[in-house]
Amino acid sequence: MGCGETIAIFHLQCCGGVVAELAKACGTSLPFLPLFWNGCVVNYELSHLKTLESESIHIIREVAAEFERPVLLFSGGKDSIVMLRLAEKAFWPAKIPFPVMHVDTGHNFEEVYEYRDRRVAELGIKLVIASVQDSIDSGKQVEQKGPRASRNQLQTMTLLDGLEEHGFDAAFGGARRDEEKARSKERVYSFRDEFGQWDPKNQRPELWSLYNGRHLRGEHIRIFPLSNWTELDIWQYIAEDGIEVPNIYYAHEREVFERDGMLLAVTEFVTVMDGEKPETRTVRFRTVGDASCTGAVESDARTVQQVIDEVSATRVTERGATRADDRASEAAMEDRKRQGYF
Amino acid sequence: MSELLRFATAGSVDDGKSTLIGRLLFDSKSIFEDQMTSVADASERMGLDAPNLALLTDGLRAEREQGITIDVAYRYFATPKRKFIIADTPGHVQYTRNMVTGASTADLAIVLIDARKGVLEQSRRHAFIASLLRIPHLVIAVNKMDLVDYSEDRFNEIVEEFGSFAAKLDISDLTFIPLSALNGDNVVARSEHMTWFEGSSLLHHLETVHIASDRNLIDARFPVQCVLRPQTEEFHDYRGYAGRVASGVFRSGDEVMVLPSGFTTKIKRIDTFDGEVDGAFAPMSVTLLLEDEIDISRGDMICRPQNQPTSAQDIDAMVCWLADETVLSAGSKLSIKHTTRTARAIVKNLKYRLDINSLHRDESAETLQLNEMGRVSIRTTLPLFFDEYRRSRETGSFILIDEATNATVGAGMILGET
Ligand SMILES: Nc1nc2c(ncn2[C@@H]2O[C@H](COP(=O)(O)OP(=O)(O)O)[C@@H](O)[C@H]2O)c(=O)[nH]1
Ligand SMILES: [Mg+2]
Repeated sequence: MGCGETIAIFHLQCCGGVVAELAKACGTSLPFLPLFWNGCVVNYELSHLKTLESESIHIIREVAAEFERPVLLFSGGKDSIVMLRLAEKAFWPAKIPFPVMHVDTGHNFEEVYEYRDRRVAELGIKLVIASVQDSIDSGKQVEQKGPRASRNQLQTMTLLDGLEEHGFDAAFGGARRDEEKARSKERVYSFRDEFGQWDPKNQRPELWSLYNGRHLRGEHIRIFPLSNWTELDIWQYIAEDGIEVPNIYYAHEREVFERDGMLLAVTEFVTVMDGEKPETRTVRFRTVGDASCTGAVESDARTVQQVIDEVSATRVTERGATRADDRASEAAMEDRKRQGYF
Repeated sequence: MSELLRFATAGSVDDGKSTLIGRLLFDSKSIFEDQMTSVADASERMGLDAPNLALLTDGLRAEREQGITIDVAYRYFATPKRKFIIADTPGHVQYTRNMVTGASTADLAIVLIDARKGVLEQSRRHAFIASLLRIPHLVIAVNKMDLVDYSEDRFNEIVEEFGSFAAKLDISDLTFIPLSALNGDNVVARSEHMTWFEGSSLLHHLETVHIASDRNLIDARFPVQCVLRPQTEEFHDYRGYAGRVASGVFRSGDEVMVLPSGFTTKIKRIDTFDGEVDGAFAPMSVTLLLEDEIDISRGDMICRPQNQPTSAQDIDAMVCWLADETVLSAGSKLSIKHTTRTARAIVKNLKYRLDINSLHRDESAETLQLNEMGRVSIRTTLPLFFDEYRRSRETGSFILIDEATNATVGAGMILGET
């Protein structure tokens, strides 16, 4: 926010004194008195980012106040990073009053683990890891086979088991409504039955900012404080707030190969098939998820501002560009959400 | 600095809501290529000649199969002037509860009317709901003007017809715009086919309609969400009250009163993570620190001693019933959520049920069923600290929750103390 002109501030301050007396007499704070924020005059208007921030903080505080055991689902992606920052803001100078949980497919980028551990230590909060590897080792889940194997599908069960094991009754997710057409329909408080299922045809009405978090034992509510944010908002906020994100979000050289029109990174988690030619390109990630199904995009955006410019000009949605999981069918996301996915 | 404008679209089935939204998104370059491809593919599979833009917002399987909008979809677009959140709401009566979900937070509502069909029952119902929810700005978009030869006379007929209905409603700002969502007339740019129309295009209206003064900046109200007590060395005695300003303005140094205790004190400081602020106004989320140690907890309300909300347990409200399995009637016991306060409520009586189409008050009615509205008197187990809904949407609204099913079954707009 840029500062108002000095003359204006001075003028308003002068008459402010008189008006303040008047206001006192009337028992109100008159709205036309100037306000200062970081030394700047504000005219009772909030920028769209501050409005979104305030809405999210309100939601996060409601959940902390009304649920017994909330947990914040942290993937290391930019949305959950912003969500974690908003949680930090909501309770500062107190600590975030709930733990974070990472549903770890074991197939993540090194940078993401580093970032996660550092951030959790900084905030002094507890990290719960729900590991897909553990579910596989204990025989609860079976690893997919073949070169196209992905652990993305397996996450749902590990997530639900993790919630159940710790008795979490509210789980914050970083999903945004602009991401995908099924998500655009979901409430901020998304009720899940005892199987973790979403019933899109029977959602609770959600009016004003009055959220209904009531549920029976075994049921839980997914909470989406970033519902109204867009990809561009997230990046503008990252820039405005100076938030650090893992460097794989910025352009870098990486060995990639093309599959289904996406650029997949060559990692130990994917098998390069015949005819697929790995080569080094300058890429960045728009979303960060399981390495076996998250594509990179060619990009020269090495700074936040360059990313903002790129996102403003892009003609392809974030999930369309980078997520193999959504391409399975037209209603892939709806189907996965019905089963309890994020 | 760009502002945020939330608007809801409503209107009868097939009046062109989805087409209009598609057009706004398309012309503001907010439809992405992969979304367009997926819409085109789906349209082809459905045997359509041209891509059906409605598929952009009708995202659920059931909606695509039935070709109708069941639940509200949210879409986002931005122009250099503003950022917009669209709630595309369903038109069918049986999904009214989803419509009110989308409309309850809107700054503006667009009700579409098919120029050939004129004002229908649905158009009236939607305009009525918009006025009841006190959406500050209403736009009547007379669509499909291309099918009536862009006739000025036809447009004026509809303006007149709707105008006589609207006169019975409480609408503070009403604008009529003739347009063709399909061809883009008067959507983004002013139409060459309707030079007789002197108003601005829809997008121009959305970009410029004055919303800053819609907020209540007079009545200072701060419902306490939670108490922050870090108990660390650095913040040993810190005791902050976290919440979002519901209306009005708070400044450090202000004398304030806390309800229900009635104690008065002064604001010592207003904190945010990003630093102390001199004042806070709606809808900022902040933390208030007070001069005196007072017992304050969630559900309490901080206000000004000379400007307090009404504190009462007997309340009259317009209630919209949202449940299909139960009805509201005298004696119904429910849970009520108002600001950050939760209590129990009993329905004392149903004064009348409102016929949304004729606006007739049926005083003999004994129940409210799904999607019906009426004036209700309730008594709550705890006092609520409220303002009239028409004065403040934040402190004048409540929801009713069924204690057996936990479902949200009612939406209430407070008229005053019984
Ligand atoms: N001629 C004409 N047809 C339109 C216009 N707007 C919408 N339509 C058509 O009306 C039908 C219903 O539109 P749709 O947007 O699905 O309506 P909704 O049910 O309100 O979402 C579709 O066949 C549209 O192509 C318009 O301005 N002119
Ligand atoms: Mg539609």
